[in-house]
Amino acid sequence: MSTLEITVSVNGNSYTETVEPRVTLVDFLRDKLALTGTHIGCEHGVCGACSVLLDGVPIRSCLMLAVQADGREVTTVEGLTQEDGTPGILQDAFRDAHAMQCGYCIPGMLIASEALLRDNPDPTLDDIREAIGGNICRCTGYVQIIEAIQLAAERLREANR
Amino acid sequence: MKPAPFEYARPTTIDEAVALLDDDSVVIAGGQTLVPMLAMRMARPDRVVDINNIPELAGIADKGTEIVIGAATRQVDVLNSALVAEKLPLLRKAISFVGHTQTRNRGTVGGSLAHADPAAEIPLASLAMDAEVTLRGSGGERRISVDEFLVGPMMTAREPDELIVSLHYALAPAGGRVGTGFHEVSERHGDFAMVAAAARIELDSGGTCRTVALALAGVDARAMRIPALEAMLAGQKVDAALLSRAVAEIPGAIDPGDDQHATAAYRRRVAVALSERALADALRNAEGGAA
Repeated sequence: MSTLEITVSVNGNSYTETVEPRVTLVDFLRDKLALTGTHIGCEHGVCGACSVLLDGVPIRSCLMLAVQADGREVTTVEGLTQEDGTPGILQDAFRDAHAMQCGYCIPGMLIASEALLRDNPDPTLDDIREAIGGNICRCTGYVQIIEAIQLAAERLREANR
Repeated sequence: MKPAPFEYARPTTIDEAVALLDDDSVVIAGGQTLVPMLAMRMARPDRVVDINNIPELAGIADKGTEIVIGAATRQVDVLNSALVAEKLPLLRKAISFVGHTQTRNRGTVGGSLAHADPAAEIPLASLAMDAEVTLRGSGGERRISVDEFLVGPMMTAREPDELIVSLHYALAPAGGRVGTGFHEVSERHGDFAMVAAAARIELDSGGTCRTVALALAGVDARAMRIPALEAMLAGQKVDAALLSRAVAEIPGAIDPGDDQHATAAYRRRVAVALSERALADALRNAEGGAA
């Protein structure tokens, strides 16, 4: 069984690990690095729960091999907290707006929202819907998730004023 | 649901990649289709050849008479390209219907073409635009039309030892006015199309149709043009009445299937309606209106 040594930067920390080529990025993050915040939903690129940022842009980590992340920078939901480990503005907004019920989809929703708000501090409703269009939530009907993103956008604009 | 073991290769040139391709190899670019197939073990290759580290496969270049898009160019880069927005608006419109932010950030134009899903937008728009594909294999390079390339559902003219190198989109000669239209019905935005229609019309200075292209996806084994309709419109000054007569050619020219999403009869009706809208948009667009 062939293996490869890869070095991946995850949330600012560099990890060098030996992996089989068949290991997907999400399994690498969860099983090798014990970063279990990134969830596996459908495992074939439909639900968006496993979304992470790759070199700053959102991708589905179940649709990428870990070996393809060699030399790249990954941000997972754990990387969205503040430096002391407490929730960031976006995460707080999700809590305050009651954006989650079971919470399974939320890591992916947070990653998609983070990418949106970084590029677009004042998104329209359509911008928000488009940004989370690849993320499925089976509990909420999305209304409070959208409200949470609007709340986060407002708070981020305040904070950056 | 984990992939079976395979050997992994990461070539840095096209020739190195081609040397690794055979019956038991698959190419990975964006992986948006291949990785699920690996995970579900619908694909069990001996070797996966990763073409993401071949710089000459990515990029969009204006060659004067044509725009050349590298096979491994990400869909997001095509969608955000000012050159594509200006010179290949139909391709841009089509890609706005492809997947979601997360998948467009990885998915490539060559990958979509290579997969040849009969309901996919990139092969559809490329067919409507008379695009061509360059393939390189152990025996050398060849360039064929997208029409020759698309064979059937998930079947193409690519040989096992060939790699798609680039897609070529010819630019219209000066003097004409070109308009495009794209319409789609799908269950959710970003899904594969139930039916999609791509239209491109070139008018001469007098308002007569110089060329007309109409292609449909989701209605047959592969994306297809409707030559009978195109022949009725070419050389004519097209009005609403002529357009209605021309789209009546469509139901007899396509062979859609029944599935859990829609019946064949429904797909025929949708194909007619979307084609009429796409052609009307293209006409209006060519006459100087908004697309």
